[in-house]
Amino acid sequence: MQSEYVLKIKDVSKSFSGVKVLNKVCLNVRPGTVHSLMGENGAGKSTLMKCLFGIYKQDEGEFHLTGQQYNFTDPKHALEHGVSMVHQELNQVTKRTITDNIWLGRYPQKRGFVDEKKMLIDTVALFKRLNIHLDPKIRLDKLSVSQKQMVEIAKAVSYDAKIIVLDEPTSSLTDNEVNLLFDIIGVLKEHGVSIIYISHKMDEIFRISDEVTVLRDGNYIGTDKIENLTMEKIVNMMVGRDLEKRFPPKTNIPGDVHMSVKNLTTKYPPIVHDVNFDLHRGEILGVAGLVGAGRTEMVEALFGARTRVSGEILIDGKKVNNSSPHKAINNQFALLTEERRETGIYPVADITFNSTIANVQAYKNKAGFLVDRKMREDTDKQIQKMRIRTPNRRAKIRSLSGGNQQKVIIGRWLLTNPDILLLDEPTRGIDVGAKFEIYQLIINLAMEGKSVIMVSSEMPELLGITNRILVMSNGFVSGIVNTEETTQAEIFNLSAKFLNNNREAEV
Amino acid sequence: MIKAVGKFFNKTSDEWKDLIVNNAIYIVIFSIIVFIIANEPKFVSIAVFRNILTQSSVRLILAFGVAGIIILQGTDLSLGRSVGFAAVISASLLQRPEYAARFYPDMAQLPLFVPILISILVCAFFSAINGWVVAKFKIHPFLATMGMMITLYGVLSIYFASGAPGPQPIGGFDVRYTELVIGSTLGIPNLVIFAAVASVIVWILWNKTVFGKNMYAVGGNPEAAKVSGVNVMRTTILVYILAGSLYGVGGYLEAARIGSANNGTGFGYELDAIAACVVGGISFSGGIGKVSGAIAGVLMFTIISYGMTFMGMDMNYQYILKGVIIVAAVALDTKKYLKKS
Repeated sequence: MQSEYVLKIKDVSKSFSGVKVLNKVCLNVRPGTVHSLMGENGAGKSTLMKCLFGIYKQDEGEFHLTGQQYNFTDPKHALEHGVSMVHQELNQVTKRTITDNIWLGRYPQKRGFVDEKKMLIDTVALFKRLNIHLDPKIRLDKLSVSQKQMVEIAKAVSYDAKIIVLDEPTSSLTDNEVNLLFDIIGVLKEHGVSIIYISHKMDEIFRISDEVTVLRDGNYIGTDKIENLTMEKIVNMMVGRDLEKRFPPKTNIPGDVHMSVKNLTTKYPPIVHDVNFDLHRGEILGVAGLVGAGRTEMVEALFGARTRVSGEILIDGKKVNNSSPHKAINNQFALLTEERRETGIYPVADITFNSTIANVQAYKNKAGFLVDRKMREDTDKQIQKMRIRTPNRRAKIRSLSGGNQQKVIIGRWLLTNPDILLLDEPTRGIDVGAKFEIYQLIINLAMEGKSVIMVSSEMPELLGITNRILVMSNGFVSGIVNTEETTQAEIFNLSAKFLNNNREAEV
Repeated sequence: MIKAVGKFFNKTSDEWKDLIVNNAIYIVIFSIIVFIIANEPKFVSIAVFRNILTQSSVRLILAFGVAGIIILQGTDLSLGRSVGFAAVISASLLQRPEYAARFYPDMAQLPLFVPILISILVCAFFSAINGWVVAKFKIHPFLATMGMMITLYGVLSIYFASGAPGPQPIGGFDVRYTELVIGSTLGIPNLVIFAAVASVIVWILWNKTVFGKNMYAVGGNPEAAKVSGVNVMRTTILVYILAGSLYGVGGYLEAARIGSANNGTGFGYELDAIAACVVGGISFSGGIGKVSGAIAGVLMFTIISYGMTFMGMDMNYQYILKGVIIVAAVALDTKKYLKKS
């Protein structure tokens, strides 16, 4: 008899070194539907999917595929039984080509050799079906993050799986690419494929879900059809309390000009051209733009992490030389990087180390040795102030959820007592509750007279907490607008301003 | 804006700089060769060319072995002892029947392929253990193979001492064996033919088989390989088995090339092989490396050391130069992949 569900997950529990991250979690997915799995960071979504996929072994509980019980012991096993997955961290071999990556683990063979021709033909056909325009023979390290993500999605589709898990697939996609992905999902649904969709973006959830299951702190909270749900209901299920508003009130008041940037141009691609703007004291300046517009590169150049060919930075009218991050830190700059995992945290080190490492000079005593007691005190203070959820300061940072890792890193920079905070996607991959806390924190910092530049891909967030928004397009500044007076449409148009122009046309 | 755009297009000098940085190691080595030739014009001759190719052959076969392991982000310190073991095994099994101090006094003449097969099996076995230990216990290959290096020396020395004449260098090789290794076919040294065949086989294995592609994937990103269903442990062990097999062949050839073998044969060869790989662009960060790179690396090293000896340069100065070249090669290789800064 055909089962009503293509996948039944029953009472799955999992502990890591004594901490229960999944507690009798259930999930039932119908054939040909999009089932969204929601929950704050650390709710156990990714862990559950990793158990399903055979990366982790659950302590108890059962997985049923079309009525039959399975326990996948490794990813290969899962893939062979029609379960594929786009992982949150892009797991790709960047030094190899697109085709090599897509068919990795199942290279077609002809007389004992890899059948390159078949691989290429199949890739071209796959890309055509999915409307992806990339040369299959390019190496992955030549692609942008969003292109890499599309390759990963194409790969998941290519397994002809019955169930595809998409773990935050849109985190770095542009709007067009998101539309493309949703078209692909639509086609897959028609073919009876079920999608398990994990995302923090509410609008996406409402656009494509059929059903939603919510987890909280490793517990199963509930499942419902999307028609019966509202954003408030989902948020309530996720955080277990009412969130009056998504943004705290903007109580900071911008003052005089604090920093002026003049003619900033970077040396290596992606190049940022001729950036000019003023940042006022106590202001939150948003930076908007599409992926690849040069936003990250611009803040990195300000911080001295990217070589400039020209450009002046004036603080209170006085020229400063941020030619290296070290000098920038001495000039009281702080940069919160976009890629938390790659450039932000020291994963195997504990919270104390991660909190104090940028400010380690301050803990020296007269003899030049570090004073542990002071570091411990400051770390505990930050844990309290930022409400970091951790057993204690000795926990390894990699054992924390994304939102809590981010809080540790913000805390690290605050310990250096910076004047100018450069925040690159400070709330990426962070759950709703933690986002609010981070917004409040940013506004509090601005009230203390610190000036903030916040790069973000989330329009509501830019409109919600900034005073002005600088929009970048294809490496150029396409406009600076007052948040009170602007609209999403205006920012969107500015973002696209230089997209199709080549640079000569711009002169 | 005009200024900015102008600067964007006017960067030919930078492009030159990039070109020079990317190929700096070749430029340096080429300059050394030019220097050698300028001092000793006789360096350009068929005889020298032949000698260089012959001297490169065994090194190349060994470099291929360790190159696979380097592509897996590993290294192999047991290479030298493994080669020594293979050399002693081959030598002990292929002595002239009339030679006085035979290892096995009463043994009949063996077909030439038997000792090479035994050498390959023994070296592949020990190398497989390395691979298994590295994959299973996640021990850093430096440490795992260092343990194997020491262990192998013990095993090899016990075997070396077990022969009839006791622990003394094994010589007096069967003429067929010597002829096979140091002879020529149609004017081409047989050693060069061995190396060429090894190059072709390794190239095919690396580029045309699932094994090879999995090797690059595991080396480039083990996590990605795992979640794509690649058996990382199997791939790792296979790479080590291939390495061991090549060491076995190398040891077999090396004994005949030198004309004798003892328990010290092969000592330190791992460093030459690893250095050649690094100079040839096989990156320690894993996932990158080509057969042509290994060939270039080995040839350049041989040309330089042969050339310096040809010029009559003191050995000690040669060491200094070699050391500097290795570090410079790595520094420049790293610079290539640091596009940002």
